[in-house]
Amino acid sequence: MYIKKECVAMLLAGGQGSRLYALTQDMAKPAVPYGGKYRIIDFPLSNCINSGIDTVGVLTQYQPLVLNDYIGNGQPWDLDRVHGGVHVLPPYQTSLGASWYEGTANAIYQNMSFIERYDPEYVIVLGGDHIYKMDYSKMVDFHKKNNADLTIAVQQVSLEEASRMGIMTCEEDFRVTEFAEKPKEPKSTLASMGIYVFSWKKMKKYLIENENADTGSKDFGKDIIPAMLDNGERLFAYTFEGYWKDVGTLDSLWEANMDLLSPSVPLDLYEQNWKIYSRNENMPPQYIGSTAEVENSMITEGSTINGKVDFSIIFAGATVEEGATVNYSIVMPGTVVKAGAVVEYAIVGEDCVIHENAKIGLSPESVENRDEWGIAVVGHNVDISEGAQVLPKQIISEDM
Amino acid sequence: MISKNKVLGLIFASMHDDSVIDLTKKRTMGSIPFGGRYRLIDFPLSNMVNSEITQVGVITKSNYGSLLDHLGPGREWDLARKKGGLDLLPPYSRVDSGMYRGRLEALNGVRDYIQHTSSEYVVMSDCDIVTTIDYRDVLDFHIESGADITVVTGKAFYDSSKAHAMVVGTDDNNRITDIMINPQMSGECNLCLNMFVISNEFLKELVITSASKGKYSFSKDVLQAYTDEYKIMAYEHKGYFSKIDNIAGYYEANMALLDTENRNNLFNKVAPIYTKIRDNGPVRYGIEANIKNSLIADGCVIEGTVENCVICRGVKIGKDAVVKNSVLMQDTFVDEKCCIDTVITDKNVEIGEGKVLTGSSSYPLYIGKGAKI
Repeated sequence: MYIKKECVAMLLAGGQGSRLYALTQDMAKPAVPYGGKYRIIDFPLSNCINSGIDTVGVLTQYQPLVLNDYIGNGQPWDLDRVHGGVHVLPPYQTSLGASWYEGTANAIYQNMSFIERYDPEYVIVLGGDHIYKMDYSKMVDFHKKNNADLTIAVQQVSLEEASRMGIMTCEEDFRVTEFAEKPKEPKSTLASMGIYVFSWKKMKKYLIENENADTGSKDFGKDIIPAMLDNGERLFAYTFEGYWKDVGTLDSLWEANMDLLSPSVPLDLYEQNWKIYSRNENMPPQYIGSTAEVENSMITEGSTINGKVDFSIIFAGATVEEGATVNYSIVMPGTVVKAGAVVEYAIVGEDCVIHENAKIGLSPESVENRDEWGIAVVGHNVDISEGAQVLPKQIISEDM
Repeated sequence: MISKNKVLGLIFASMHDDSVIDLTKKRTMGSIPFGGRYRLIDFPLSNMVNSEITQVGVITKSNYGSLLDHLGPGREWDLARKKGGLDLLPPYSRVDSGMYRGRLEALNGVRDYIQHTSSEYVVMSDCDIVTTIDYRDVLDFHIESGADITVVTGKAFYDSSKAHAMVVGTDDNNRITDIMINPQMSGECNLCLNMFVISNEFLKELVITSASKGKYSFSKDVLQAYTDEYKIMAYEHKGYFSKIDNIAGYYEANMALLDTENRNNLFNKVAPIYTKIRDNGPVRYGIEANIKNSLIADGCVIEGTVENCVICRGVKIGKDAVVKNSVLMQDTFVDEKCCIDTVITDKNVEIGEGKVLTGSSSYPLYIGKGAKI
């Protein structure tokens, strides 16, 4: 027996995240660690439960093991429910054969039966590649008030950024008149955040039509939104003004982490009534030793710091030995930075060992040609041998 | 290896409440915050779970609100189970269980519960010892030595002016020949660690006999009274432990965690100490933070100087504040320019801007729950 839910969330978590290279070799993008003790998916999942949405389908496809394990029964997010809760939805086989999720719309289409069980009025579609805190219930209220068929969350971006995003043109009441995917000459600076609230009946109709039309892309941005606009459906743009950051590239992932250390960035992980939940490993508190120098950083339980840490994010169970230095960097869970090693402007993945006197990355000031500068990246489970050097922009995914 | 359900764990959450009276005014011994993110009960409870004891009863007395809140259904210890799991046993929860005067009377109150578990052995522990111990080894010892009762002991320095303790003497075969409660002496002793192993059958017999005679103290009316009759064996626990029997002892036990060897002995990956999850963010260190030799739990925001401290979850320390040699419990707020040395703050204490507070290591300054200075 299923109890009716007003709103069901569908979280698209199947993306490979190929622009994160070494960090997504063995895990889907939403499982990538962020902010000291989180994974990217903690943000949409926590937003759901904090917004009162307790029924969430998580659509997985690429390298799902870490993600499946992490989500488990949903208990850390209070999503282990008698009715609803979190459900991992991988692609499956039917009597007609098996098919992978071909596009965002197709992924939802293939799981229409999951949605129908709850007989919802609204379906909210979320991605797994952004860091933000958002009350989805306000967006659903906006959708209801406008008697909309589809509401798209948007954010003001710069004109330069606009040409890389899905751009909405709106009337004064935020009714969408035009949608352009990556326009060369943007008519507006309202960019789609990839967060949609659909009225389920309309959504279902368009999903089925799109599937039958076989456009090849089966994508919300490319197919569903244009088709709805063409048919004069009621599409509205919901402006979101809080912090929202894409973490789909190595640079943006690094920046989004560094944002946590900037007092001017409005992303508060300590807000008591909008907690970001995560699956915690049971580790003792962090120990900061007598030789440590720790400034302007975020450090998580289970870590042991005896070296120098400045402007950095250190994840659970990491070690920075005496004489080691970590500056402007992200050190993911379980990684050891040995004595004399220097990690600067870098991302170091999970369970790595940076051996004595190795050098990872350089500061922008110490590179003559600024075009050659970028973040240095070490993937997960990589050993960097004694004295080795990883240059800026280098991405290391095997022992060195 | 202990086969499932063969062993029942019993934890006495309220024994020794009166030895750290400041800390137990509003809570049980078991729910005293310790080591940055733990409560004292986390140690015996995790030890039992890590020893494959999957049925644990927690015997409480009064003030157990914070304990209930901490334990919940026992999920964090993997004890939210259909078979076995965690059972809370407050007084008056069963037909015969009124307010008890001692361990035997408490056991008599939950006699039916113990019988219903159909366990073969019972492992009992109080909450005043912080240690990591494998009860499977203790049980093997109990069975092999043919003991009626096994008492877990540990070698430690004892001084009657400082500590309350049960001190035991043994023969060459570890059989206990002498038991003294708070003796006038000082030196290295075999201290009783308030952990016992006994067969369910024998426990039942002891409890019924004692009840009929109006006896209630396990240490006096059983261990001392029958030292010769019963085969009472001492199992020496050689691992690291600290005993909390007064506020100075509580302070010392926290400070001992700043020693890396002690920490490695207490916290290991094979037998983790579980506790309630609070969903805090990582610790945020400010631009002028200066931290030396401290244990700091998640959710803290630290902008000042911290040296030789144990800092619990959600503590905030302002700019230019200096906190040294102190234990700050959850959500303590230390405003800018404060200077704090050798202080224990209980939960939710607020210390206003520029305040100076100093205690001494033999008598650390204790500031009660929720106090605003």
